[in-house]
Amino acid sequence: MSSAHTASYRNVDALRAGLSRRKTLDQLFVIVGLIVMLACLMVLAVLFIDLVRDGAPRFSLDFFTNFASRNAERAGILAAWVGTSLVMLVTAVCAVPVGVAAAIYLEEYAPKNWFTAIIEINVTNLAGVPSIVYGLLALGLFVYQFDLGQSIAAAGLTLALLILPIVIVATREAIRSVPNSIREAAYGLGATRWEVTKDHVLPYSTGGVLTGMILGLSRAIGETAPIITIGALSFIAFLPQSPFTSEFPFISFQWLRDPFTVMPIQMFNWVSRPDQAFQANAAAAGAILLAMTLMMNGIAIWIRYRFRKKINW
Amino acid sequence: MQTSTESAAAANPARVAKSAQETALPNEPSGRATPDAKPGTPKISVTVDDTRKARALSVKAAVDNLNFYYGQHRALKNLTIPIADKQVTALIGPSGCGKSTFLRCFNRMHDLQPDTRYEGSITLHPDNLNLVGSGVDPIEVRMRIGMVFQKPNPFPKSIFENVAYGLRLRGVRNRVTLAEEVEKALRGAALWDEVKDRLADSALALSGGQMQRLCIARALATTPEILLFDEPTSALDPIATAKIEELISTLRDQVTVLIVTHNMQQAARVSDYTAFMYLGELIEFDEAAKIFTNPSKKATEDYITGRYG
Repeated sequence: MSSAHTASYRNVDALRAGLSRRKTLDQLFVIVGLIVMLACLMVLAVLFIDLVRDGAPRFSLDFFTNFASRNAERAGILAAWVGTSLVMLVTAVCAVPVGVAAAIYLEEYAPKNWFTAIIEINVTNLAGVPSIVYGLLALGLFVYQFDLGQSIAAAGLTLALLILPIVIVATREAIRSVPNSIREAAYGLGATRWEVTKDHVLPYSTGGVLTGMILGLSRAIGETAPIITIGALSFIAFLPQSPFTSEFPFISFQWLRDPFTVMPIQMFNWVSRPDQAFQANAAAAGAILLAMTLMMNGIAIWIRYRFRKKINW
Repeated sequence: MQTSTESAAAANPARVAKSAQETALPNEPSGRATPDAKPGTPKISVTVDDTRKARALSVKAAVDNLNFYYGQHRALKNLTIPIADKQVTALIGPSGCGKSTFLRCFNRMHDLQPDTRYEGSITLHPDNLNLVGSGVDPIEVRMRIGMVFQKPNPFPKSIFENVAYGLRLRGVRNRVTLAEEVEKALRGAALWDEVKDRLADSALALSGGQMQRLCIARALATTPEILLFDEPTSALDPIATAKIEELISTLRDQVTVLIVTHNMQQAARVSDYTAFMYLGELIEFDEAAKIFTNPSKKATEDYITGRYG
């Protein structure tokens, strides 16, 4: 090897020149990354601001307490937000226990063989199935086969199916983050699998489980296609029956069988009207829906933060 | 199995070079037993006090022709070792020799992994229970034989709940009983004075050494018949290590102890009996004093003097 050749990488000046060029590239990536990220955030921010500005004339208490109406100024989202809340309640109540149980089984109990491998792959695949397909399934199964009709129960079950893979994946992730040494400690004291799960694995992964649940629900809250498929009404001027009654046993589940509408459908209904006045209603409803979603994500982040602070492996 | 056993192996080439120019001095193994030993370290002298020696030794567990398989791999080969009652038995040997695998047979931890198999027997006295027998419930075995792990692994719960967990598994609900037993276990683990005012605090707030003593207390709370230690001090600093060693020495009055260690001086300091294992086989088993001063096998001598069989 020639001495000149050696000098090119042993020489300090050459080394510094090379270093500054490499650091420039480093800086360049920072700038590109920042621009791309800000562009995405800007789009979201502009969308939200635009919705709020367009819907501004409609923001009032009446908007929340009025039913849909032919008159744009008097139309409100009462039926929609009540419907959305109840459907989300059914979704959460159905999806979370099933999803958490499935995740526990897959992580803690299932033997590692080809059968469970196929289940695992398909759980991930389920997350990618278009929501309209779930709608068709629900139409045949829940609406006709189980004879639930076009009800809150049918919609809740449909969305529960839709977010089940999200809940399962998030829960498995949370369960996996519990160190094995903790399981060994509990097994070493003579705990059964179920005791290890209920006393240790689940309590220590609650943060992740709740986060998964909320992220699943915030996906479900904006779903329109499957709800339309099962035939939610788009114009509705009454509320489902109250879950609380004046007679014993004071709680009624009749509301599960009631027809309903949800926020995205109400919005869709208004957007497709020729009357320009309804566009403001749609924008206002959109802003509220977006705010609900962001709020749920915010809660998820807060919960995760709280639990991280409490249990720091 | 042996995850953090590389340190001893990594330190060995240097020691091989060093001891190659010396002749074997079976009566003077001190100083070379561990790489960090200072020159002038006193001889490893195992002081077996007279009262203990006078105590009639009975066998707590008899390991007879034990073989253990991970799938097709035979990890333990025809081990036959008596474990003396209320004594400390140490298992030494290079990384991957099967010490931890052997230890985990005693509380059936291997049963948590698929495709593992035991052959032979570990007979627990006085009731002649074969710990690795197929008809024996591993959960019962784990309730009777405690274990302390390599890395301190307290539950992220309060100090009290950590110690009480074994009792709660046994259905103890009485608050007074729980409080008494927890105090007794914490005293037994020499931790009571340090934590008595903060039993409700999270166990994760303790120092590493305290955590490990908490894990010992957790295991002691259910009065195990044998207490297994899997390199209990490998993640601790020297001061915490000394405390744990002292604790193990006092524990032998109440429980049979089986300890896996990479630290030869530790084995010499705390153990009454020592077993040297290599490649899944038992090379030598004897009183610790004999093993560390006058081993009968060349391989044992090479290992304890740092030449590594």
